[in-house]
Amino acid sequence: MDCQLDIFFAEAILNGLLLAGLLALLALGLNLIFGVIDVVWICYAELVMVGMYGINYAYKAGIPFLLAALFGVMLVALAGAILHYLVIRPVLDTPPINQLLVTGGVLFLLQAAATMAFGIEFKTLGIRLGSLNVADMSFSWARIWAFTMALAGALALWLFLKRTYLGTAIRAIAQDRQVIALMGVDSRRLYLVTSAIGGGLAGLAAALMVLQYDIYPQIGLQFGPLIFMICVLGGLGNMIGGFIAAFIISQFIAVGSSCFHTEWGYAVAFLFFMVAIFIRPQGLFGTKS
Amino acid sequence: MTNLRPVAAVVGIVAVAAIPLIVRVLFPASEKYYLHLLIQILLWSFIYTGWSLMGRFGLTSLGHGAFTGIGAYATVLLWNYVGLTPWIGVPVGVLLATIVGVLVGYPCFRLRITGHYFALLTLALTEFVRLCIVGLRDYTGGSLGTQPRRYGDGVSLFALQFEPDRVLAYYIAFVLWLFGLYIWLRVDRSMDRYALDAVSQDEDAAASVGIDVTREKLKITALSAAMCALGGAFFAQYQMYIGPDTIAGLGISLNIVFAVIAGGLYVMLGPTVGAVFTQLLAEGLRVAIQGSATLRGLLGSSALALDQAIYGLLLILFIIYMPKGILGTLIDWWRRRRASDEVTLAIATAAEAGVPKTNSG
Repeated sequence: MDCQLDIFFAEAILNGLLLAGLLALLALGLNLIFGVIDVVWICYAELVMVGMYGINYAYKAGIPFLLAALFGVMLVALAGAILHYLVIRPVLDTPPINQLLVTGGVLFLLQAAATMAFGIEFKTLGIRLGSLNVADMSFSWARIWAFTMALAGALALWLFLKRTYLGTAIRAIAQDRQVIALMGVDSRRLYLVTSAIGGGLAGLAAALMVLQYDIYPQIGLQFGPLIFMICVLGGLGNMIGGFIAAFIISQFIAVGSSCFHTEWGYAVAFLFFMVAIFIRPQGLFGTKS
Repeated sequence: MTNLRPVAAVVGIVAVAAIPLIVRVLFPASEKYYLHLLIQILLWSFIYTGWSLMGRFGLTSLGHGAFTGIGAYATVLLWNYVGLTPWIGVPVGVLLATIVGVLVGYPCFRLRITGHYFALLTLALTEFVRLCIVGLRDYTGGSLGTQPRRYGDGVSLFALQFEPDRVLAYYIAFVLWLFGLYIWLRVDRSMDRYALDAVSQDEDAAASVGIDVTREKLKITALSAAMCALGGAFFAQYQMYIGPDTIAGLGISLNIVFAVIAGGLYVMLGPTVGAVFTQLLAEGLRVAIQGSATLRGLLGSSALALDQAIYGLLLILFIIYMPKGILGTLIDWWRRRRASDEVTLAIATAAEAGVPKTNSG
């Protein structure tokens, strides 16, 4: 409960850094969707949950973990494309808040479907990667991997957007959705591809989360609000901003949780978020539009 | 047609007021159960009506779970730990929620935070309040929740407790519901309504004709937050239990939004229809599952989630196909039918009078 500048404090800060990697990866997909399609998937964390269950069952069916993880990524990518096709597309031209609320319905549906299909008990994969011990501090390998993969995922996405034809088209549509149609680009197909990529990133996050967290139907509620906060704080659609915001938020959580109860870390993070948005409404690193 | 309205209103009010009598005659054995359902519908209707005041002007808040929570917890905690009667506790809770609403609303409206951003920011407010409730577990009981201290036999004017006397509770909820509708009507007929309609269409244009956008939005936010806090406080007094997930939190915020959209966002009785619809859906499913061995065998222990799944599915379908909600769509359909009837009538009269249909020659 007490807060001293000792080795535990340093451990908390470094663990916060590792948590930031995971949160940044989670925010990455949502940011891509927002930046390109201009919708907020309020059910984003529930897609991650679907991926976690998928990986869990695939792994328990005897598939090696890496293949199961790949299956999870594909599963959520498919889910993202289906979500866009069935739910987002019909309301794409209605007020933006409708798109947010309609995915709220998907949130209810996925959570309830998971409860009905898999039960409310916590499921765990049973893979223990152990931990790295440095100078009396201990860091779980699962977290270190999550951090590394988050950086790799962000880099891969950046390269995809900068270096490929499809990526260039996606950046173009994010800049001006009217003009791109005049260039003969099929925006509907691009949106579908973007949704699949966003889903795939959620799947990647799911693959890293099953190594650290137990799976249960409500896990989305634990992460969902955090992810939105990070996206908005970093400037919705701004991926580098999202990364930095993830680091700030996770430090609040890690340090707050090590000094007080876990909830207070989160509570202060949410308070900080609100105050920060009032000071810079476009996000800490967003540009005014 | 218009002079029939007050008559219809009086008939409606009398009918709703007579429901306990009808229940007593028709279902004497399960009177308590039916009254419990009705009380819940009325209390939620009041809260939903409070939300719809903002929602109808495009201020989609996911923060109202915070306001109901503040109202409920302030009332109960003041009673349990300070011994302050809810007659003071409820106004304190309402005031507190209003202050929070204004504190969050003012910068939002000044900085023109709207749409997604407003929804996500108010979502953060909900989470913040829920986390504070859980964090103050020495007083609030954390995630397990807590109960107001029972006063005497549970029915008391001083402690504002009325749960054992269901008929009394019904009429308290009934008066609250009427009060909610009255506020809705007052807002609907005020100048603020036109100002806010203009603001929700185009903020710049509204500001250019001299509407103080921030002030108008703040007024409606304060009113809406106060109503939800009042509803939350009465809900706590009736349930005699408060928990962070039953009266605060994101789940409540989303439930409010869903029910209002299902019922109808732009009509007075829309939130009420939404409350009837959601309560009957949840309760109907529960009864159906309990009554049928096949359903129970099929769903097992997860049957409880079925209503949530259907909620979710319906929310999606409503937003895509019926954005005006049940009541809104019905009223539209009714008006269209009447209009087309009138046209048919006019044509028929014209034909009878021998007016040439077209001068095709």
